[in-house]
Amino acid sequence: MYIKINGKKVSAKPEQTILEAAHGIVAIPTLCHHPDLKVKANCRVCLVELKNGKLVTACSTKVKDGMEVFTDTEKVKRARKINLEMIFAEHEEKCPECIWDKNCSLQDYAKKYQGKITRFKDRKKNRNIFGFSNTILFDQTKCIDCNNCIEVCHKQEVHFYDKAGKGADSIVLPTKNKKYDCTTCGQCITHCPVGAIQGNPHWPEVEASLKDKKKIVVAQVAPSVRASIGEEFGYEPGTVVTGELVSALKKLGFDYVFDTNFGADITTFEEAGECFECLGKGKMVTTSCCPAWVKFVEFNYPEFVGNISTTKSPQQCLGVAVKTYFAEKMKIDPRKIKVVSIMPCVAKKFEADRPELEYNNMKMVDYVLTTREVAHMMRRAKIDFTKMKPQKFDDPLGQSSGAAAIYGVSGGVMESALRTALDYYAGQKLKSIDFKQIRGLEGTKKAEIMVKGKKVKIIVTSGLGNAKKVMDLIKAGKENPHFLEVMACPGGCINGGGQPVPTNAQIRAKRAAPLYVLDKKSKFRKAHDNPGLKKLYKEYIDKHPDLHHEMFHTSNYRQKRWGARRLN
Amino acid sequence: MDKTIEKLTRADLIGRGCGNFPTASKWQMVKEAKGAKKYVVCNVSEGEPGVFKDGWVLQNHPDIAIEGIKHAIKYLGAKKAVVYLRQDYYQKYQSKLRKLIGKNKIELFKEAGGYIGGEETALLESLEGRRVEPRLKPPYPPQVGLYGQPTLVNNLETFYEIGLILRGKYEKKRLICFSGQGVKSQVHELPENWTIEKMLKETGNWPKFSFFVQVGGGAAGTVLNSKQLQQTLKDIHGLGSIVVYHASEGPKKLILNWVRFFKAESCGKCVPCREGTYRLLEILNSKKTDWQLFEDILFALENSSFCGLGMSVPRPILTYWKNVKKRS
Ligand code: SF4
Ligand code: SF4
Ligand code: SF4
Ligand code: SF4
Ligand code: FES
Repeated sequence: MYIKINGKKVSAKPEQTILEAAHGIVAIPTLCHHPDLKVKANCRVCLVELKNGKLVTACSTKVKDGMEVFTDTEKVKRARKINLEMIFAEHEEKCPECIWDKNCSLQDYAKKYQGKITRFKDRKKNRNIFGFSNTILFDQTKCIDCNNCIEVCHKQEVHFYDKAGKGADSIVLPTKNKKYDCTTCGQCITHCPVGAIQGNPHWPEVEASLKDKKKIVVAQVAPSVRASIGEEFGYEPGTVVTGELVSALKKLGFDYVFDTNFGADITTFEEAGECFECLGKGKMVTTSCCPAWVKFVEFNYPEFVGNISTTKSPQQCLGVAVKTYFAEKMKIDPRKIKVVSIMPCVAKKFEADRPELEYNNMKMVDYVLTTREVAHMMRRAKIDFTKMKPQKFDDPLGQSSGAAAIYGVSGGVMESALRTALDYYAGQKLKSIDFKQIRGLEGTKKAEIMVKGKKVKIIVTSGLGNAKKVMDLIKAGKENPHFLEVMACPGGCINGGGQPVPTNAQIRAKRAAPLYVLDKKSKFRKAHDNPGLKKLYKEYIDKHPDLHHEMFHTSNYRQKRWGARRLN
Repeated sequence: MDKTIEKLTRADLIGRGCGNFPTASKWQMVKEAKGAKKYVVCNVSEGEPGVFKDGWVLQNHPDIAIEGIKHAIKYLGAKKAVVYLRQDYYQKYQSKLRKLIGKNKIELFKEAGGYIGGEETALLESLEGRRVEPRLKPPYPPQVGLYGQPTLVNNLETFYEIGLILRGKYEKKRLICFSGQGVKSQVHELPENWTIEKMLKETGNWPKFSFFVQVGGGAAGTVLNSKQLQQTLKDIHGLGSIVVYHASEGPKKLILNWVRFFKAESCGKCVPCREGTYRLLEILNSKKTDWQLFEDILFALENSSFCGLGMSVPRPILTYWKNVKKRS
């Protein structure tokens, strides 16, 4: 069927909204709309005029055959402008300290639709700023009441936001209900249209460390970041820019740039061993590399804490390798080293601060930068990312297997562990090392595989909402997997809380695809085949067998409730 | 056509909320809708200033209204009916109502929402224990209503009229609330085809001073001058109410009262209403009134609000300016 937009014939599907039909044809401003969420239609800026002179919101109005819409009439302009101006006055501009500065819908719309940011007095100046679990910063003075965060956190089954009051006294706030605690997954951050929620920023400290001549500053880059950071600089989603990224980090002043994928190979190697051992004991193991998932289990399912793999996550394993193996090799005092992780993730900031992950009374990861934060630093340093000459990761922690590459997407961790568990620990010949059953971006995937003649049940799930369903079934005895992989963010880290915005199903698929290509193209596709890893074990671990466990394993504790603290 | 629908159609009954929707069609839609269960909801949340007809029904003829509700349950095969009562009505009439209800599947619910609870989907949200905000439409309650099931939502007066129809006593009358300056606040049951002038005169309420009126609700209603009263209430959007104002009533106080009311009752869901009513009040309270800006906001309210509440904010103000006194 067809509709007409500004006189131009456009094909449309019956279930589409005007906004969807107009996609790629004419820009319609939106704030409360997010393709991952329900249509709420509360910001009223996506207005279009119908032929009968009525204004409707494009996000919530379905197309009809022969419908004519106009996106820029006098009526549209008048209502849209005033609505925008009233929204601007809900949001206290703190642009210089905001990492969305110059990448901000409000700034864009003010320019494009000639709205005055200062038409009305900011009315939320006296509202509060909260810190959730020391990691998420929620600034009520910037909130425009779109409710996206509330919905996305409900979908995560965390329920950490509430809404109180009515009319202009409506306020979004952290819940007082003691049953709930934020997992720091950061999904609320990527779904907030106006940057009212951010991760605790580490970039100012990193900038300071980079200037400090006495410090050796080491970066490590997570698997999914190489396929997403390009978006910050105008590349198509899914463009792999590993080499440019290494270069740009060097240019920022990092002394060494290592690959978290190396850490992922350590995690795989250790975790596969653990899984293999637990299989013998008939004990379920669930993955530990997603800190939001770990926190979710600790708080909501404390009785399952013992099932969380003790293996440390890739960023922590690499951090340990840097501050032990590498430091010793280079004869550097590990206290002079600052390890900075570049992560798709906000929860990694929380993880890096966990005291039980210290080693030798030292933090193994000092700072965590999200994909967005590191791009922000590059822009501040006026680095032209697109002009970078690709470089390789540094030795000796720069090499990795294809198994590590796929850590960034739901199913990847499990697939990597299976390759090693079967091939290395079980000594089973594998016809194929591709476990296609657990690939893809759907919420929950199940598989059964044979290990030494025994049927092993596997569940892979992403998004805490899906994970909760699975956990409740396990708790009720209706599911009994041997291995359970959970990524807190729907789709895995490619959709992490630290990733570029916007995000939607197509972008997620585009970010995921190249990770499998990288795997396929890798010279080594199993973690235990990584020559760098072999060398690490031979040169260091085998010489310090007493340290092995403490280096790469931890025990998780039942968490107290962190809740939210007022920061102003 | 089945008997019930035929009766409602013949009576030409229009819903007595502010939707002006033919009751027969609504009942038919719920009847035809597919759902595991069906519900009936009776809306008694009247929150508009100058409107107190539901209170009158509760006081004088709750039995007739309950008959209407019972018939709806039977006709639709509904699981139950819920009567959504304004808090003070709940306190005052609950025991009386419970006696009338007896063993019938009719529950009483104490309202949580205020004025916006009168919007039928906001009312459903309230019944389901959520924040009182209107839902996105479509789907409409006859298809997807309470707990996602087909639901008939009618106002108490509508059920009262239905009760009358069932008893064969319906005379195409409507409950009209009179109030305002020099007028005794009272409900009269009057033929719906009378003009406003006739209504005022026949009830002895035609003022002896120069005046103007607001019909269809003391907040969202339309303002008319004393020469515009040849029309019937059917011609005008809104509820059965006539509020009389002395011609000397100053614009400042009037507009301020309206805006204050809407600001206090806005649910806060959408920008034009949540922010707009706040800014309208701010403009009125500022030293120099920026009427251009004020009108821009009214324009956004009228044309881009999410629900009827926000859309109706400009109506009293604009009709006052148009029919009574040009804005300065
Ligand atoms: S970070 Fe995740 S868990 Fe915490 S409030 Fe945001 S969405 Fe909810
Ligand atoms: S914090 Fe952001 S996402 Fe949440 S309601 Fe406010 S503007 Fe929307
Ligand atoms: S799925 Fe990945 S990005 Fe999301 S919280 Fe877990 S580790 Fe972080
Ligand atoms: S117009 Fe908007 S804010 Fe006002 S009551 Fe309706 S939904 Fe709520
Ligand atoms: S984007 Fe359509 S109303 Fe907010």
